[in-house]
Amino acid sequence: MKVELTRDKVHNEFTKKVELISGQNLFACYQCGNCTAGCPVSFAMEVGPHEVIRYTLLGLEEEALNVNTFWLCASCLQCTSRCPKGIDIARVMDALRMVVLRKKDRKDHIQISEFPEGFLEKVPQIAFISGFRKFLS
Amino acid sequence: MVIGGGIAGISASIDIGNAGYEVVLVDKLPSIGGRMLQLSETFPTLDCAQCTLTPKTVETGQHARIKLLTYSEVDRVEGKAGDFLVSVRRKATYVDWEKCTGCGLCQQKCPSKNPSEFDRGMGMGKAIYTLSPQAVPNKPVINTSTCRYFKEGKCRVCEKVCPVEAIDYEQKDRFVEERVGAIIVAVGFDLLPKERIGEYGYGQIPDVIDGLSFERLNSASGPTTGEIRRPSDGKTPKEVVFIQCTGSRDPERYMPYCSRVCCMYTAKHARLYKHKVHDGQAYIFYMDIRSTGKGYEEFIQQGMEEEGILYLRGRVSRLFRDGDKVIVWGADTLTGKKIEIAADMVVLATALIPQNDTKELAGKLGIAVDDYGFLTEAERKLRPVESNVEGIYIAGCAQGPKDIADAVAHANAAASKVQGLFAQHKDA
Amino acid sequence: MDYLYFPGCTLYTKAKNFDQTARNCSRLLGFELKELSNWTCCGATFPLATDNIMALLPPSRILASAREEGTALTTLCAVCFNVIKRTNRLIQGDGEKKDKINNFIEKNYQGDLRVVHYLEILKKDVGLAQVKEKVKRPLEGLKAGAYYGCMLLRPFDEMEFDDKERPTLFEELLEALGAKAVDFPYKIECCGSFQSVGAPEVATECAYKILGSAIKSGAEVIVSTCPMCTFNIDHKQADIKEKYLDFKQVPVLYFTQLLGIAMGLDHRTLGFDQNFVDPVPLLKQKGLI
Repeated sequence: MKVELTRDKVHNEFTKKVELISGQNLFACYQCGNCTAGCPVSFAMEVGPHEVIRYTLLGLEEEALNVNTFWLCASCLQCTSRCPKGIDIARVMDALRMVVLRKKDRKDHIQISEFPEGFLEKVPQIAFISGFRKFLS
Repeated sequence: MVIGGGIAGISASIDIGNAGYEVVLVDKLPSIGGRMLQLSETFPTLDCAQCTLTPKTVETGQHARIKLLTYSEVDRVEGKAGDFLVSVRRKATYVDWEKCTGCGLCQQKCPSKNPSEFDRGMGMGKAIYTLSPQAVPNKPVINTSTCRYFKEGKCRVCEKVCPVEAIDYEQKDRFVEERVGAIIVAVGFDLLPKERIGEYGYGQIPDVIDGLSFERLNSASGPTTGEIRRPSDGKTPKEVVFIQCTGSRDPERYMPYCSRVCCMYTAKHARLYKHKVHDGQAYIFYMDIRSTGKGYEEFIQQGMEEEGILYLRGRVSRLFRDGDKVIVWGADTLTGKKIEIAADMVVLATALIPQNDTKELAGKLGIAVDDYGFLTEAERKLRPVESNVEGIYIAGCAQGPKDIADAVAHANAAASKVQGLFAQHKDA
Repeated sequence: MDYLYFPGCTLYTKAKNFDQTARNCSRLLGFELKELSNWTCCGATFPLATDNIMALLPPSRILASAREEGTALTTLCAVCFNVIKRTNRLIQGDGEKKDKINNFIEKNYQGDLRVVHYLEILKKDVGLAQVKEKVKRPLEGLKAGAYYGCMLLRPFDEMEFDDKERPTLFEELLEALGAKAVDFPYKIECCGSFQSVGAPEVATECAYKILGSAIKSGAEVIVSTCPMCTFNIDHKQADIKEKYLDFKQVPVLYFTQLLGIAMGLDHRTLGFDQNFVDPVPLLKQKGLI
């Protein structure tokens, strides 16, 4: 679990990409945990949103992208609305989704073929449209 | 003239008085002592605040060269260093202070009970009141907004029982003029109202209180005679959550600055709570611990080790009521977990802000305030007690949040500047 | 008073009851909902990735075509409202993006359309006092918990709908209709949204907490303004019951359905058949139908 940091590591491509897509300055985060505290789904996350931001800032791409945190984000904006530093955390979560979904191997996060019988008929379009936009590449 | 009779104003007045100069000390409250009067014990020594303060207030009240103008406010200022003409409004107290002996009978017999501002809404006060049994001067005033006579024309009990006939409902505000060579502004601070904080209930959850309110609960002279009881039902809280940085270090929505004293007073509150409620648990949500003074760091660590105070590193996103508990949603970033506590009582360390009339007073004096309303010093590092106007000095929390020791040092410095000014022009 | 109306895909089909009741009630309240002559899906999420212009095109098209037909656009679905309003704000604030978007969709929309939610029309344009006057059957004795969800309220500086920590608009409406509005802490917490597709158990948990909070505070019926929320807290009660065996079901109504009852509409026109938990027994018990 040791991490060796250099200035190149801190300003790496992964972090820069996340900052670009989200439009947020990750250096502004002072890790207060307010986002994690108010998140309605953080109880199911492996690590809270503040932690995944920390991983991203330190350039730990593998750790950051292998947690379920941003996949569970429902974009409810509770975190964004209360962040004392004005960071739009929901955008960072979406950016992480995009980083994964836009990768060359274009792997979808959910597989439509695995939906249970009758699911497509039962669930309203609004759920599918928003869901597919967040989970399919 | 010293405007503001808190610990800073008092310290400066005594220094200048002892140096041989006359001092006019103006305070808008009925008696001097300021915020320290509301405190129960002070960090890091846990000395009783009244025991430390009262000798000073008494010394001020009895000092040959200090003239007290309490329940008064500065109305107009003209002139320049060496020759200021200040018009002071002496508010109507409705009690003739020349006659009043301070016997306290009127306060005893007054039938009107309303939430006391001094007690931060934690307890009830009378319409005719002094701020404390040891008030200097020990003369009461009538609060016309809660007095039955002024509101409905009834009662007049105080008038009936006063043995020296000191009650005078016909009193009016009057103005006095003071000619002074220098002015020290030491008008102190206020707390960010918890009513502004939406995610903590907009001040509507009774068991969510702020730091000064906790001081009143803990004070032997307070509304619960020092027993820690929660406001909603008077029960002893066993799970108490303290939240630091409430409205501080929050550039997006409240104050961006650090209020400097909250880490210390929250640790103090948690320790005092544990001294009284041995089987209670204190939780402190913090972002950092700022304990820079002498003995401060040791104080914090002692609290953790001896009282088992649980420090949780993280902010609190939301407070809401659930039955008779207050649900706290916070985070502990050291373990990365979201923490939920069903608290009996929550104490918010709200941001220190200037008093709401500081800006107006600064305008009358022609001195600068910063973006948050604190008085601006002439130079941030090298001239901390001078304003941008010669002859007007600033002291205490009116310039920025600080603890008592720093406020006194600040005030002593301002007093020394006044003495320097006077010494330069001693032939004038 | 007429408003251009954007129903959205779900209101057209799975939440037809929401759409129908809204149209019927608006007539009684003195305004018409004129459906846009040409509309497509709004996209269902406001694109949070700043480089995703494509996702902004559908809502921009809606705004542009609406502006060609009128000056004020309303919608009922909270998600559509959020997407359209945020897109509108983006166009108003970012000239570069606006030009790019206009280029793509071959329109010249300048951001001058008023986007307003049906509830805002009731409060600001019609006035709740007026609404109260038109009430024929006050919902007396009905304890209704107003569930706001997220999309109406956040981000506050763009939505400007109501106080995001303690909104009261919905409760004011319920009181105007004669009901007893029940406040509950989870009324501003997320229902799980699209996680009902991505991580259904998590969405179930969110819904369970919301309903539990409302029931604990005394609500007999939950009032919603979003087909996404309604799916999660109404239709998913079957999933909740599977996990929490002692869970007691509680009906969830769109606010326009309650409005319809209060305005004296025949309850058979209110589309209760599309509600998962049948509200009829409760309403009968309260003497409202």
